[in-house]
Amino acid sequence: MTVANGGRLRGLALRLWTVPVVVAVWEAAARAAESVYFPPPSAILARLRELWFSGPPARLFLSDAALADFLPSLGRMFGGWALACLGGIALGVAIGRSKTLAGYVDPLIEFGRAIPPPTLIPLFVVLFKADARMQVATIVYGVVWPVLVNSVDGARYVDRLHIETARVFGLSRAERLTRVILPAAAPKIFAGLRLSLSLALILMVVAELAGSATSGIGYELLYTQQNFDLPGMWGTIALLGVLGFLLNSSFLVVERRTLSWHRRAGRTK
Amino acid sequence: MLDVVNLTHTYGSGPEAHRALGGIDLSVPEGQLVCVVGPSGCGKSTLLRSIAGLVRPTGGEVRVKGRPVTATPDDLAVVFQDYSRSLFPWMSVRDNVALPLRRRGLDRAARRTAAAEALAAVGLESAAAKYPWQLSGGMQQRVAIARALAYRPSLLLMDEPFGSVDAQTREDLEDLVLAVRGHHRMTIVLITHDIDESVYVGDRVVVLTRAPAVVAADLRVDLPGPRDQIGTRELPAFVHLRSEVSRLVRGRPEFSMTPSQIDKE
Repeated sequence: MTVANGGRLRGLALRLWTVPVVVAVWEAAARAAESVYFPPPSAILARLRELWFSGPPARLFLSDAALADFLPSLGRMFGGWALACLGGIALGVAIGRSKTLAGYVDPLIEFGRAIPPPTLIPLFVVLFKADARMQVATIVYGVVWPVLVNSVDGARYVDRLHIETARVFGLSRAERLTRVILPAAAPKIFAGLRLSLSLALILMVVAELAGSATSGIGYELLYTQQNFDLPGMWGTIALLGVLGFLLNSSFLVVERRTLSWHRRAGRTK
Repeated sequence: MLDVVNLTHTYGSGPEAHRALGGIDLSVPEGQLVCVVGPSGCGKSTLLRSIAGLVRPTGGEVRVKGRPVTATPDDLAVVFQDYSRSLFPWMSVRDNVALPLRRRGLDRAARRTAAAEALAAVGLESAAAKYPWQLSGGMQQRVAIARALAYRPSLLLMDEPFGSVDAQTREDLEDLVLAVRGHHRMTIVLITHDIDESVYVGDRVVVLTRAPAVVAADLRVDLPGPRDQIGTRELPAFVHLRSEVSRLVRGRPEFSMTPSQIDKE
């Protein structure tokens, strides 16, 4: 146990040693250059703390501004992502299991996913004004495709023998869906979900930058830039990076748990 | 129990069409264990899949207990050759065995009990909480057999069930089939390409010709029971029957394979 942990720590140290080195070089270079556009990391960190992490410990140090910016942004992002996941999986599995349906909608899907999602922002602005609906619509439209396409793929290529076994043993339609098709398609579906989660973060920011939002992390990014608060701007960028990293890591934890059978079964083959 | 009447099946159409079954007649009374043998690719599996309702035959009829098969009959179970694809890797062994039992109207506790009993019958009571891929091939096929047993079918179909396990395991599984058959009154149709096996486990051996398959011979196996892997196989009657089936499957000129077919095999 301790040996394994020691090994893991050493592995982590080996992988992460470049981070402090890069930060240190950056700090030194920024101080030497004294450019307004490239503040040193220490200044960025200080500004970041002042902006968002100066709140009371009971609130995880989040300031009022942080709550006012993070909550709407994350709410829209997760809301949009969840909607897209539900819709994408439901539609995708239906298309994957029905050749007739696939024949009708395949060309539409190919066209729909070819449209870069930000190009629809002007349309959504006209439709929904600049409120949350516009941002959610942008996120949903942008992230539904990886979920949809992967769900179609996963459901389409369920092993024939799995399906025949289900038929022979008289599983009901609902059982076939929940006990056979969804688990069999899960590895593919999860790949789509993970991709769409990182896309959701990107589109959250894009929608806030382009849609004249009045709150949110993207709005803050624009606001700091317009007020020539460059440490604040850099801080927001760094914060988004950290957020993306955290989202992906937490998703991986869930995925590993859910698909442990898949990982371990693959290893024994 | 099972009646197959002039069953024909053709895959595809036009010049590419492949006639797998050329008019099979077969009648199996309740409680019998019939082995169906024939050359590779002769349509044995097509026959089994038609009986199971997985393939809609192009002609003829299959009746189980007098009722024509259109979808999979209620009390029919199948053990497939490819256990690794037939068991669900995302479920524990116990759940795999218990899954079909909802249909039998059993509650959760009763399903678990039935699964445990079936696993005990195949000697795998300790593997219930494991996943199929944690078990050896022979053990996985035992799980598939347990799943079929728990389902309590009156007709059990086995499609080359021991084709993917080693020789020792194969013999163990053959004896397992004979043993469980003694306990549960079941009619069994076992498809195999192994001539020894067909004579050893069967009450009756049905030999099919090359595709389009018809019944070439229908032999009674009159060997004393209980059968024994070494003793039974030494009996003159066993050796004689084995040779006869062998000749029927590949010995006669009209059944022998052309060199091009051998290349394909």
